[in-house]
Amino acid sequence: MKELLELIARSLVDKPEEVDVREAEDPKDNSLVLELRVASEDMGKVIGKQGRIARAIRNIIKAAAIKENIKVSVEILD
Amino acid sequence: MEKSTAAKTATAKLSEKTGRTVQEAIELALEELNVTEDMADIEILDEGSKGIFGLGGKSAKVRATLKEAVSCGKSGACDTDDFEERGSLSRGAASALDFLLGILERMSVDAAIDVTEDEESVMFSISGADAGIIIGRRGETLDSLQYLTGLVVNREGDSFKRVLIDIENYRKKREETLIRLADRLADRVVSGRKSITLEPMNPYERRIIHASLQKNEKIRTYSIGEEPNRKVVISIK
Repeated sequence: MKELLELIARSLVDKPEEVDVREAEDPKDNSLVLELRVASEDMGKVIGKQGRIARAIRNIIKAAAIKENIKVSVEILD
Repeated sequence: MEKSTAAKTATAKLSEKTGRTVQEAIELALEELNVTEDMADIEILDEGSKGIFGLGGKSAKVRATLKEAVSCGKSGACDTDDFEERGSLSRGAASALDFLLGILERMSVDAAIDVTEDEESVMFSISGADAGIIIGRRGETLDSLQYLTGLVVNREGDSFKRVLIDIENYRKKREETLIRLADRLADRVVSGRKSITLEPMNPYERRIIHASLQKNEKIRTYSIGEEPNRKVVISIK
């Protein structure tokens, strides 16, 4: 799941080497949280106008999570 | 139109050869494609003839076409190094193909991708198992994948290319379903003289509905609401 998000983010940004994904656990329901960090000038490239890119990224991660039968959320951090 | 298949394919996809006999022509064609007979479709273009006393004979001519899309390995990983036709794709399309293959592999989805590219657009046709996962509810996942792939294709270079992704003919089937639905609802609007509001759809699907009912003079169509909950309304004229 982490590798999937890394691939997507690295393919969209200008500075792929600064893409960082960390796995955390949501204390509320023990589900997986993927924390995505990118170079500050690349934030727009993973969020998009009105969050359109972020929504598309979450949709794909959600599909992968459904296949693996787990719950995953994506947080974009600055 | 350039066509490439993300699977092991030889560079030449088609070979036409002439020989003294049909069998000889087939052997020459297969040799050029570097495959065995079961990997190609053979078409006999000319059976040839022996002629009299070895004079005036016609050579036999055959065409061997490589069979399409050998699927990827069990892991879902395509051996892209063997993808010799990659060279015919634009840089944007090639990196988008890598992007898609990478996503499918990381989702553990076995699939083959067929790419068709021209000046204005790139079409990726995915075939394989788990289509439902890639399509998602109302095609939501497929649309997201198409949107992100479009960003990858158009990342560099100033010319814009439209990107389409289809899987197991989903788009075509969906279009047919929507046109049937539109026709049925239009009839109901006319007979009941009451407007009908459809379920939320993306712009592409709404366009299919509008276009398919444009010629119907008894009704008109328009959209209401905001994305992603924008809906088509069919009403009496």
